[in-house]
Amino acid sequence: MRLSQLKVGEKGTVKEFTDLEMSVKLMEMGCLPGEEIRVERIAPLGDPIAVNVAGYQLSLRKREASTIILQ
Amino acid sequence: MKADIRVALVGNPNTGKSTLFNVLTGLNQKIGNFPGVTVDKKVGYCTLADGRTAEIVDLPGTYSLYPKSRDESIVFSVLADRSNELSPDLVIVILDATNLKRNLLLYSQVADLKIPVIIALNMMDMAKKADINIDVNAFAEKLGVPVVPISARKTEGIDQLKQTITFANKIALQQDSIDVETIAPQLINRIKQDINIDNTYFALQLAHQHETLTFLTKQQSEHIEELEKEYSFHSQKAQGAETIARYNFINDLLYDTVKQKITAEDETLSNRIDRVLTHKIFGFIIFFGILIFMFQAIFAWSAYPMSLISDLFVWVQSSLHHYLPAGPLTNLLVDGVIAGLSGVMVFIPQIAILFALISILEDTGYMSRVTFMMDKIMRKVGLNGKSVVPLIGGFACAVPSIMSTRTIENWKDRMITIMVTPLITCSARLPVYTLLISLVVPNKNIWWIFNMQGLALTAMYLFSLVSAVVVAWVMKHLLKARERGYFIMELPVYRMPRWNNVLHTMYDRAKTFVIQAGKVIIAVSVILWVMASFGPGKRMDNIVQKYKQPQFVTLQRTAPDSVRRMIASEKLENSYAGMLGHVIEPVIKPLGFDWKIGIALITSFAAREVFVGTMATMYSVNGDAEKMESVQQKMHSAKNTETGEPVFTLAVAMSLMMFYAFAMQCASTVAVVYRETKDWRWPAAQFAYMTVLAYVASFITYHILR
Repeated sequence: MRLSQLKVGEKGTVKEFTDLEMSVKLMEMGCLPGEEIRVERIAPLGDPIAVNVAGYQLSLRKREASTIILQ
Repeated sequence: MKADIRVALVGNPNTGKSTLFNVLTGLNQKIGNFPGVTVDKKVGYCTLADGRTAEIVDLPGTYSLYPKSRDESIVFSVLADRSNELSPDLVIVILDATNLKRNLLLYSQVADLKIPVIIALNMMDMAKKADINIDVNAFAEKLGVPVVPISARKTEGIDQLKQTITFANKIALQQDSIDVETIAPQLINRIKQDINIDNTYFALQLAHQHETLTFLTKQQSEHIEELEKEYSFHSQKAQGAETIARYNFINDLLYDTVKQKITAEDETLSNRIDRVLTHKIFGFIIFFGILIFMFQAIFAWSAYPMSLISDLFVWVQSSLHHYLPAGPLTNLLVDGVIAGLSGVMVFIPQIAILFALISILEDTGYMSRVTFMMDKIMRKVGLNGKSVVPLIGGFACAVPSIMSTRTIENWKDRMITIMVTPLITCSARLPVYTLLISLVVPNKNIWWIFNMQGLALTAMYLFSLVSAVVVAWVMKHLLKARERGYFIMELPVYRMPRWNNVLHTMYDRAKTFVIQAGKVIIAVSVILWVMASFGPGKRMDNIVQKYKQPQFVTLQRTAPDSVRRMIASEKLENSYAGMLGHVIEPVIKPLGFDWKIGIALITSFAAREVFVGTMATMYSVNGDAEKMESVQQKMHSAKNTETGEPVFTLAVAMSLMMFYAFAMQCASTVAVVYRETKDWRWPAAQFAYMTVLAYVASFITYHILR
């Protein structure tokens, strides 16, 4: 299961990343393996999405969200 | 100003760092340049409890010392490079108390550089509201640094922070966060030895960033590169391992010092606001409402102060002419320098209003939602969600709009936005279009309600938007990205705007514009004035002599105005600008322009609306340039001296409009693009591409309509 596949309101736990460069940036922003992540909303045009992670809201594009694999 | 101690402010974006900077320094700030980047160097001064002065350096907001953009790389250079001119004696790391976990990552990196650190724990009031209970003493003890709880917005805890700065240690006493050396033990030790540095984390950062750091010599950088190969160092993997280790440290720390009531699925106020503001339908309606409001504000609200400023300068000019002895020096001062100054000052209302509105949008957190909503469409044409604001602002004036592009973090997106914004029909083109449209488009209604002149004007506005989008799309493919296009962005919670910050931003932007772009604008306007007022050889004298002949002297008595106009028009024709008009005539002839239009093109380089005034002088119009109708009549009846045909046919007028639609006829925009990109090649490239487009579009238009 990837983060990009979650619907609004669904949550999962970060397991690993498929893109090393992206993972470094995501982890810096608090999006680490073991963190719970929840999809808050999707932009009106379908991309990007907003998620809740590490106690704040982060927005990222679907393509970026698809590099996050959930447990 | 000489300061006794230098303090650097470091923190994540949206932590209230600039608010704290403003609170500490008041208006005692100055803005300079960091070499090679587009962010401004903001330095301010603050008097400490014991009377000493502290120099406060506001560094760009960043989430980590690993830069995502060139602008962020400044933070590491200033902090780590001891020979940097801004190298601080003390660092204040500002942390958002409501979001400690992510904020502490940057702290732990900065702390490991072993510079004396103070933590300013901001937004304590918000943390209390959110039931986050921080044991400040335990927190400070675990980290080994002074921790000062503050609320920068409410200016709470500021005195205590100043006290803490006053009595701060000169040596770094903070606890180690992670064991840095384990990340790459041999490599770190070799770098420490060979480059002769003692800080472990600095050595590791050099391994990561040596390619972009300017304070390393080429040999040092190459040597580090070799060492990396020798110990097979993988930058991204090492960085990932470091981040995970740091978050482990942070989780342990927070577990012991912070108690937070679990309000898990509780719907926050911010979320409820977002449901409306980023709604599929209402979201866009509200956004376009805000855009229309902003456009109205810069267009309509600024009109009154702008005319006040220009009236004031007209008054100053006429009184100076009255009181100073007549002569070339007075003319240079009054018609060259002061007129140029007026051209600079007149932008202040628009800049102030646009930046007031933008700083409110940023402060409240709405700007990130704009990016969130618009990203998908704007990305397709090579722009950014945030490009919408400068583009719409461009309908009023490109100058403040280009200054506002600094809200766009991505370098490529920002450059493209800067490059296309001047294509948008700005208010200075309006008088040119109105004049030309009324000349050739009949003032009739079609289908009862649509006025043809109005439609023509609307078409010009839409056309400009389309051309900006097309050019942006082309540039998207031409321009190489400096950094990978991320869109990993924090959506900060909604907050009330800080009015103090709004005022600061208005003042800041207006001051920067006047001081930095103003010089260029005044220089250009003086050059243009000289070109339009002086001619080669004795030409000017001859004109004066000519009008001393008896037939003109009698005419002078009966119709002094018309003689004055005849002299002005003849002088302009014989000036350097006039000659240049003749010189460029062969070049602009294919566009349908004669030398008179050529002169107007040259004189209106400082500002497009000057076209109307020059046309008035060229056709020696009654009264002043304000009387648009009389200019129109004269232009209408203007005949080509060789062919006897009217000069302003539909083809010529349309071709001229196309020229003004595309050409960079605005010295202020050139100056401000230089100021924002800090590289002359950008305004030069922009000027070149716009002129070429203008020429081609005019050529095609003229030949189709002829």
